[in-house]
Amino acid sequence: MSKIRLLVGTKKGAFILTADGKRKDWKVSGPHFAGWEMYHLKGSPADPNRIYASQTSGWFGQIIQRSDDGGKTWNTPGSSAEESKGPGGFPKGESNKFVYEGDVGKHLWYDGTAHPWEFKRIWHIEPSLTDPDTAYAGAEDAALFKTTDGGKTWKELAGLRKAKSNLWQPGAGGMGVHTILLDPKNEKRIYVAISAGGCFRTDDGGKTWKPITKGLKSPYELPDPDAEVGHCVHRIALHPTKPDVLFMQKHWDVLRTDNAGDQWTEVSGNLPTDFGFPIDVNFNEPETIYVVPITSDSLHYPPEGKLRVYRSKTGGNEWEALTKGLPQKDCYVNVLRDAMAVDSLDKCGIYFGTTGGQVYCSANGGNSWNAIVRDLPAVYSVEVQTLP
Amino acid sequence: MIRVVLPFHLRNLARVDAEVELEVAAPVTVRAVLDALESRYPVLQGTIRDHGTLKRRPFIRFFACKEDMSLEPAETQLPAEVVSGAEPFLIVGAMAGG
Repeated sequence: MSKIRLLVGTKKGAFILTADGKRKDWKVSGPHFAGWEMYHLKGSPADPNRIYASQTSGWFGQIIQRSDDGGKTWNTPGSSAEESKGPGGFPKGESNKFVYEGDVGKHLWYDGTAHPWEFKRIWHIEPSLTDPDTAYAGAEDAALFKTTDGGKTWKELAGLRKAKSNLWQPGAGGMGVHTILLDPKNEKRIYVAISAGGCFRTDDGGKTWKPITKGLKSPYELPDPDAEVGHCVHRIALHPTKPDVLFMQKHWDVLRTDNAGDQWTEVSGNLPTDFGFPIDVNFNEPETIYVVPITSDSLHYPPEGKLRVYRSKTGGNEWEALTKGLPQKDCYVNVLRDAMAVDSLDKCGIYFGTTGGQVYCSANGGNSWNAIVRDLPAVYSVEVQTLP
Repeated sequence: MIRVVLPFHLRNLARVDAEVELEVAAPVTVRAVLDALESRYPVLQGTIRDHGTLKRRPFIRFFACKEDMSLEPAETQLPAEVVSGAEPFLIVGAMAGG
């Protein structure tokens, strides 16, 4: 029977939750890297035991960790497990060097002045679909880095910051690359989304990038609602069989594109509010999508204190509330952009974590939900691995 | 031997005990100690001072002999008690408040 492994990043460490394909009885391991902010963990599709993790701290900066045994043991890339064994053993490698390429450049600052790029942390790691040693990392201040040696060294794909980055401007949550989507049918095509930068696409493996924001409207956030860059895109998602179809949860509005981002159309439809953070696609149904509506940009909790996932089986516009097993009163948590994931079992599993420390699971496409854990630190990210 | 005390999280990262001992050639300055520390424990590069600029990270403090040396130039020589090993050089995570 298949197994499920959830990789949960929280404000105070990482947790690994495992279950068999029934997704009913769960084991919890952690906290790994206790006390550190774990922005994101993700396994390699080419080698599920290879997991990358972004470990960060306001005091001590950015560390990349890597496991080659499914999360049992971890090392900073460049170090071997043997180096750390025994008395006097310690990791010999360095792994936390993220340096912007060339002239660091400037972006818009809160006061309207030009502000130099400053590396703060890695928000998201996206391993290659085919090579365990290759991965992409999304940084704050916004930039995209790539490793081809398993995380030992990282090099910026500086072409992204040539896409009108002088006009990108941090929002209250910072200016970071938070979504990296690799096209499974075209290895040269990558999509990224940037908080308060917008959405971008490369068709040449990361050398050159162009904004893909036609159809996005941000009348409350930008002086020009139709601006080419600067939109506060919260998350984008695609289905691997239809990589030209993207779904987006923007600051306000849920949208879709059917031509790889060349034109977006709003599909918020009958949602109670179209503000929110995560969005994801059912593995077995490319037109079934999920969002978690949040009251507003000023009130980051579910409307009326009722935690509801909304599902559209029509690729948007027509939405139904999924409430069974979710708290329907006095619930004031948020669900962050990287905190929802889907597995690839026949009855698709949907998972999401909250800022209140709950991780919920639906083993039936969202029809009903159970809390796997209730009292973790605030959940930053949830990724799922479907294992043989 | 120069004795260096690391904060909890950096001890865990480097997988060492609270105190490490380093050989540092004279003159024993703040920079020389940090260079020796990072050379022996490369995983600490970037965690105490920034890559490239080598500027102290904002929420890191350096204490020696009850003095705060955080704002001293990196070329500042450490007190004789630290050089002799009688006193440790403390690398401290700044208070978070609250």
